[in-house]
Amino acid sequence: MKQVTLSNVSKTYPNGVTAVHPTSFDIEKGEFLVLVGPSGCGKSTILRMIAGLESITEGDLDIAGKRVNDVEPALRDIAMVFQNYALYPHMTVFNNMAYGLRNRGTSKAGIDKAVRDAASMLNLGEFLDRKPSQLSGGQRQRVAMGRAIVRNPALFLFDEPLSNLDAKLRGQMRIEIRALQRRLGVTSVYVTHDQVEAMTMADRIVVLNAGRIEQIGTPSEIYHQPRSTFVASFMGAPPMNLIDADYRGNGRVYLAGGMDLPAPVETGRPGAVKIGVRPESARMVETETAGALPFAIDHVEELGAIRLFHGTLGGQPFTVHTSHEHAVPEGTAWLDLRSSTVLMFDGATGARL
Amino acid sequence: MNKTRIFDHLVLLLGVAFMIGPIAVAFLTSTHDPYEIHMKGLMTSWGGDFVATYDKVLFEKGGFTGKVTGLAMLKNSFILGIGFAVGKIVLSMLAAYAIVYFRFKMGVVFFWMIFTTLLLPLEVRILPSYEVMTKLGLVDTYSGLIVPLLASATGTFYFRQFFKSVPEELLEAARIDGAGPFKFFVDILIPLSRNMIAAIFIIMFVYGWNQYLWPMLMTTDESFFTLVRGIKQILLVWVGAQIPDYNQAFALAVLAMIPPILVVIVFQSWFIKGLTESDK
Ligand SMILES: Nc1ncnc2c1ncn2[C@@H]1O[C@H](COP(=O)(O)OP(=O)(O)O)[C@@H](O)[C@H]1O
Ligand SMILES: [Mg+2]
Repeated sequence: MKQVTLSNVSKTYPNGVTAVHPTSFDIEKGEFLVLVGPSGCGKSTILRMIAGLESITEGDLDIAGKRVNDVEPALRDIAMVFQNYALYPHMTVFNNMAYGLRNRGTSKAGIDKAVRDAASMLNLGEFLDRKPSQLSGGQRQRVAMGRAIVRNPALFLFDEPLSNLDAKLRGQMRIEIRALQRRLGVTSVYVTHDQVEAMTMADRIVVLNAGRIEQIGTPSEIYHQPRSTFVASFMGAPPMNLIDADYRGNGRVYLAGGMDLPAPVETGRPGAVKIGVRPESARMVETETAGALPFAIDHVEELGAIRLFHGTLGGQPFTVHTSHEHAVPEGTAWLDLRSSTVLMFDGATGARL
Repeated sequence: MNKTRIFDHLVLLLGVAFMIGPIAVAFLTSTHDPYEIHMKGLMTSWGGDFVATYDKVLFEKGGFTGKVTGLAMLKNSFILGIGFAVGKIVLSMLAAYAIVYFRFKMGVVFFWMIFTTLLLPLEVRILPSYEVMTKLGLVDTYSGLIVPLLASATGTFYFRQFFKSVPEELLEAARIDGAGPFKFFVDILIPLSRNMIAAIFIIMFVYGWNQYLWPMLMTTDESFFTLVRGIKQILLVWVGAQIPDYNQAFALAVLAMIPPILVVIVFQSWFIKGLTESDK
């Protein structure tokens, strides 16, 4: 069942900037949908239009089967967690969580129960009488979550809620938020620029670029079958290797330096293409084998469990990901791409062929 | 190390003496009788008339019509000071709220119009203001004393700057929490503005307390006299051949100082507490 539907929703700000071009997608009930993209691509704008904090220039927004374009945020049955938490500084943790319920006229007993339940779920029980300024970043984050939970909304909206936390806490909260969302079963839209958050948390990912959707899919689809070079290079760290090549329609692609590979697809339209290979998909060997390509290693990054070899393939930057047990060859090694997943993209548009 | 410390303290003590000196002299002089003061000038010793003088100043009816006591003048000054401070804070907060949070046509124009009134203090518009008050029949009333001076560009400006520094997210969170414009103002903005309110209260209370020109114009009835005017009234006797009641004038001056000092002390501690708690 669809919980939220966007039909050709667009946003042009009063200053003339079109932040979101006509965009359509659905969010299933109970789904955790992540909007991901670089800074300025319009993620927050979409989220804020869903929240009702920003007007919708054109198109229709339905929540739970009702068009809500002109409905006040408070009446959309949503809750939002903000990047800077937006806790009321002068209120205690309890009152921060209770404020929305009070405004809705919930009974005193009802408020008390909802807040205490949420607080125990989030391990905030002992902090209920504190002000936000007396809490750590992680605890504030939890209060912001609590404020969303107590309202028992139809939809959670998150705008980069973890970006103010240190890396370790971020990893931990990622798991907590997701576990909590599963437990409550509340449909969620989560905005982030961090592709790791997107990959690890999402049921489905929407990749945005300059106000347009590049691709919608499960994390696995987005990672393994990117629809464009943009998605391929945005998702994954280090990103997918993209090498300029020439496709002549004869079943092979030709790289600079006289190298060539079997073409992964046949399009029948010769032209400039980009060849995409994930760093962990390329296999590095120390001796030349039939069909292997020479790989000039520039430097090696030790990351503990893995090693990253940065170098060039036919003069173009290329990175290979290996386990830490892999030997470190001197100077030139060989790349065997026969068993690798190789993708081919249009050289001009970046679309996958 | 020790030496500099002693020196530091000396400097501070000197500063204190410099500031307190005139007040102490005024207080000590007020405890002498007027003839002595008239002959010997300012006094630096305890005169022994303390109880008599202050009792007279506070409770004896004085003035030409014999209607007003020091206590009544104290009350009037309080009404003026508090009326001023509260009225100015309420008005300028509402004005700033409108300017910062509501997109209405020519909002910027209105802001600058309010701002330019800074260039037009009361003294410039005192005659027209007086005429308006006469026509409204507000001469010799508290409203007449207070209302014409309430519009405050300074207050509006400070609150505007403060409201602009309140994170936008807070407004959005409140909107999602179902707080309309009124609730946001009362539940969020006013509590957040405590320190600002305290600071402006101090300034405006003292300003109202010390008003002289406008009350003199607006009130002919002595029962509306403020302390500041009372001091002047006592010294006016000079035009006759009598010796003015110097002791009473000094006593009134000392009394007139106490409330503003209290206000500063009370609100200052609040203000500093608010600052150090660092809420925002
Ligand atoms: N209130 C606004 N007025 C004008 N332009 C805006 C406003 N908010 C955002 N934009 C512009 O819209 C684009 C998308 O912004 P945003 O949705 O905040 O991006 P993201 O959250 O993906 O970083 C940006 O180019 C930004 O400059
Ligand atoms: Mg954003």
